[in-house]
Amino acid sequence: MTRKISIDPITRLEGHGKIEIFLDDSGAVEDTFFQIPELRGFERFVVGRPIEELPRIVTRICGVCPASHHMASAKAVDGCFGGEVAPLAHKLRDMYYQAHFIHSHIAHFYALAAPDFVLGPDADPTIRNVLGVVHKVGLEIGGAVIASRGKAQEIQRIIGGRNTQDIWCLPGGVAKGLKPEELEQIKPWVDELFDFTQFSIQLFKDVVLANPTYVELIVNGPYTLDVHNMGLVDESNAPNFYDGKVRVVDFEGKEICKYAPDEYADFVAEHVEEWSYLKFPYLKKRGWKGFVEGIDSSIYCATPLARLNVADHMATPKAQEAFEEMFATLGGHPCRALLANHWARLVEMVQNAETLKTYCADPEITGDQFRVIPEKVTGEGVGIVEAMRGTLTHHYTCDANAICTSANLIVGTTNNNGPIQMVTKKVAQSLIKPGVEPDQGILNMIEMAFRAFDPCYSCATHSLPGQMPLEVRVHRGGDVTHHFKRQC
Amino acid sequence: MADKKLQIAIYWGAACGGCDVSILDTNEFILDVDALCDVRLWPLAADGKYKDVEAMADGELDVTIMHGAVRNSENEHMAKLLRQKSKIFVAYGSCAYMGGIPGLANLVPREEIFARAYLDNPSIEPGNRTVPLSETTVNGHDLEIPKFYDRVYKLDQVVDVDYYVPGCPPQPDQCKAAILALVGALTGTAEAPPKGAVVGAFDRALCDDCQRTKTEKKIKRFYRPWQIMQDPDTCLMEQGILCAGSATRSGCGVRCPNSGIPCRGCYGPAPNVLDQGAKLLSAVSSIIDSKDPQEIDQILEGLPDFTSFANRYGVPASLLQRSHRQ
Amino acid sequence: MTFEPKIVGFLCNWCSYTGADLAGTSRIHYAANVRIIRVMCSARIDPTFVLKALHDGADGVLICGCHPGDCHYSEGNYKMMRRYPLLKALLADYGIEKDRVRLEWVSASEGQRFADIVNDMTERVRALGPSSIKTALATDMAER
Ligand code: SF4
Ligand code: SF4
Ligand code: SF4
Ligand code: FES
Repeated sequence: MTRKISIDPITRLEGHGKIEIFLDDSGAVEDTFFQIPELRGFERFVVGRPIEELPRIVTRICGVCPASHHMASAKAVDGCFGGEVAPLAHKLRDMYYQAHFIHSHIAHFYALAAPDFVLGPDADPTIRNVLGVVHKVGLEIGGAVIASRGKAQEIQRIIGGRNTQDIWCLPGGVAKGLKPEELEQIKPWVDELFDFTQFSIQLFKDVVLANPTYVELIVNGPYTLDVHNMGLVDESNAPNFYDGKVRVVDFEGKEICKYAPDEYADFVAEHVEEWSYLKFPYLKKRGWKGFVEGIDSSIYCATPLARLNVADHMATPKAQEAFEEMFATLGGHPCRALLANHWARLVEMVQNAETLKTYCADPEITGDQFRVIPEKVTGEGVGIVEAMRGTLTHHYTCDANAICTSANLIVGTTNNNGPIQMVTKKVAQSLIKPGVEPDQGILNMIEMAFRAFDPCYSCATHSLPGQMPLEVRVHRGGDVTHHFKRQC
Repeated sequence: MADKKLQIAIYWGAACGGCDVSILDTNEFILDVDALCDVRLWPLAADGKYKDVEAMADGELDVTIMHGAVRNSENEHMAKLLRQKSKIFVAYGSCAYMGGIPGLANLVPREEIFARAYLDNPSIEPGNRTVPLSETTVNGHDLEIPKFYDRVYKLDQVVDVDYYVPGCPPQPDQCKAAILALVGALTGTAEAPPKGAVVGAFDRALCDDCQRTKTEKKIKRFYRPWQIMQDPDTCLMEQGILCAGSATRSGCGVRCPNSGIPCRGCYGPAPNVLDQGAKLLSAVSSIIDSKDPQEIDQILEGLPDFTSFANRYGVPASLLQRSHRQ
Repeated sequence: MTFEPKIVGFLCNWCSYTGADLAGTSRIHYAANVRIIRVMCSARIDPTFVLKALHDGADGVLICGCHPGDCHYSEGNYKMMRRYPLLKALLADYGIEKDRVRLEWVSASEGQRFADIVNDMTERVRALGPSSIKTALATDMAER
């Protein structure tokens, strides 16, 4: 009799996700399905809207990374007007975006990753959360975490007028510049944030790397996939979060392709399955080959680790040091150990803080040429940025009156839909075996699979907590023999 | 302070997560909340379980703060369950209060949303005809994904709501104010706001708090925000830039106009306004400087797609609630 | 049984209401489908009134004011004139057929004209059939 295990996280990706695991007679995993049961419809209901309104509508796709959508949208809209943008505006947007990354990475690292590592993967679930972390590491550090994230948010508010649900970008630039007194207010915070990134790296070393069990879990656990990597890079192949070309590198380090934003449709396509509302992007030139690993696979990841995997080096010195140390510890570049995403996030944060410092020292940053008035409507634009959880593409067209006629979005998490499907199955197969009864511990390990793979996935599903809320049902011949249900 | 901690739940329906971030953005205040309350359910930080909620006595929770709209049966089920378990039920944020940005979907047919996402789109797999189905069988395994309601609802179209906190998301200081008001009411240190009250905002229109100069000037043309360098001291409407300030409740600190950006109305209708869109419509027409129908049409050409401005954050809360196209 | 549309008529006191009154006292026969609500001036007709009437089950809404230039308060009807195109656009986007809402200028002496407008509008709305708004909203809630 086939048994079915449903893992139904009671959360949402503008909705929610669930996992169905089917066991054969012997109790081995026959198949698994990671299903995303909701569809947003943004691509349809932005049609007919004035194109300049889109950057302040699409932010509601995700309130945890609204600035990513705001920036990608703004760039796509710039494109619809011929692409001319005040150079200062690019700087200001990039500066703003670094702060957004820091806010988000702090939240993810401390609320998501830290509970598993600071408290342990098999800690009591009732304390395995961000408050548990605060209690363990001490209120002082907890306070520093809260304060640092708050400052990163405040920097955005000062530069762009609002943080969550951004309003600031207009075609050709931004709505307001940065005043000298505002810059002075920001500067000391940037220094503090930089120090905090150094502290976080040290914490990771002390807590995670000093523990051989964790290192073993990261490097040799079941959490690896032989699929490719995607990320945005600058001309020298250093990671860039706001601008550049998308580079795809295979898991052995060889470049597969590199494309400019407006070429995305030649390189990426999306496969549809009847059983999920979320599409499965793949490398178009290779064709859809199914959920398969290997050097010929058309599946790729777009995560913090993937970004570092496609990069030849970091853009700033301290980040470069952290980058080198990380890959040396993990056995070389690129790296397939998905749990290393947590570390990669911290390395990125160092670059974010250093870039912010550079902008703070830029004498032009307080200038007043922050917007140009577009002269013509050219009708089409693609904007690509790195969202915290992966490459984010917005593609719009508009009519001569600059009214949106179509929109296509490939959001960060969607890129990772295929790999998540695959790693879930892989981990389930390695853990659930004939004679092994699925229990809470196994549930958590499976959960770690996709959290480890892409903790930002939880962000996409609006779940900042240490664990996704799950529901597991074990069916045996129509009877429910086990029932676990956990809200966070 | 009462001996017994307050029992609270924070939960989401169809939400973007920004409301959660706005609660996080109160920074250190979170720790005060933690000290004051037992957070029985908060997917963000606490470890509550659904079955724990089901096991609670009716009214066992002092307060539930719910954000997000209702667009599927699970949202509705949880809203009803938490309502039953709570003394006070708060709709937090524009989605909960009015339907929010996702409510714009109420203006388009569901089938078109599907077609756009899966069939007619530049990055879809060449030749794809597959669309997701609520029930499928793959290799003999039956799989289901929920069916979604045809439209988006605001919370009080589904459950009884005691208080509303507007904003997309509510600004952190207003979030704080709202929580403190509720705590005050529950601990008997302050008078409870009347049922149905909007808390965490003011009883006046945004324009009343906006520092920009208003001179009753009328206009001969509208400008879209990208077509003009706005003057930072003059009312945006009087510069011909559509701004929802007069139809909108004040409470955000005039964030958008202060940043050179027109208000789009996320704090919901101003006091005593039944339909925010109708109110904005009146405001927009009253600024047009013309008595000639043709010229009026011409001026209005500068303001395309008025509908999406009218109830930007609350199609479900508007009088017509959704498209009635047959 | 033929469908008898319910039409709400917002009429300004000074011209249009007097015009309607004249139609009555002159025994001009016209359809009895319009429930008249008298307002002091067409400027007083907040767009909310129109939406509320539709929401509450009206099959059509007729708005009448003095001819341009003749408003008792001199400029009131221009306000209505400026609101009307936006209102029409809004209603169209909400899927409301255009014949359900109509603005006309009717003077105190135009009893016949008022009757003709009412008859014409009644026929057009009758052809459209009953407005589904009220029932649709109730069904949405009930069936979900
Ligand atoms: S009100 Fe705004 S911030 Fe809150 S859930 Fe809705 S879209 Fe997100
Ligand atoms: S319309 Fe906008 S800019 Fe003008 S006063 Fe009101 S809020 Fe300020
Ligand atoms: S100005 Fe308007 S849109 Fe902006 S935050 Fe305030 S209420 Fe919301
Ligand atoms: S009095 Fe008749 S329209 Fe103003």
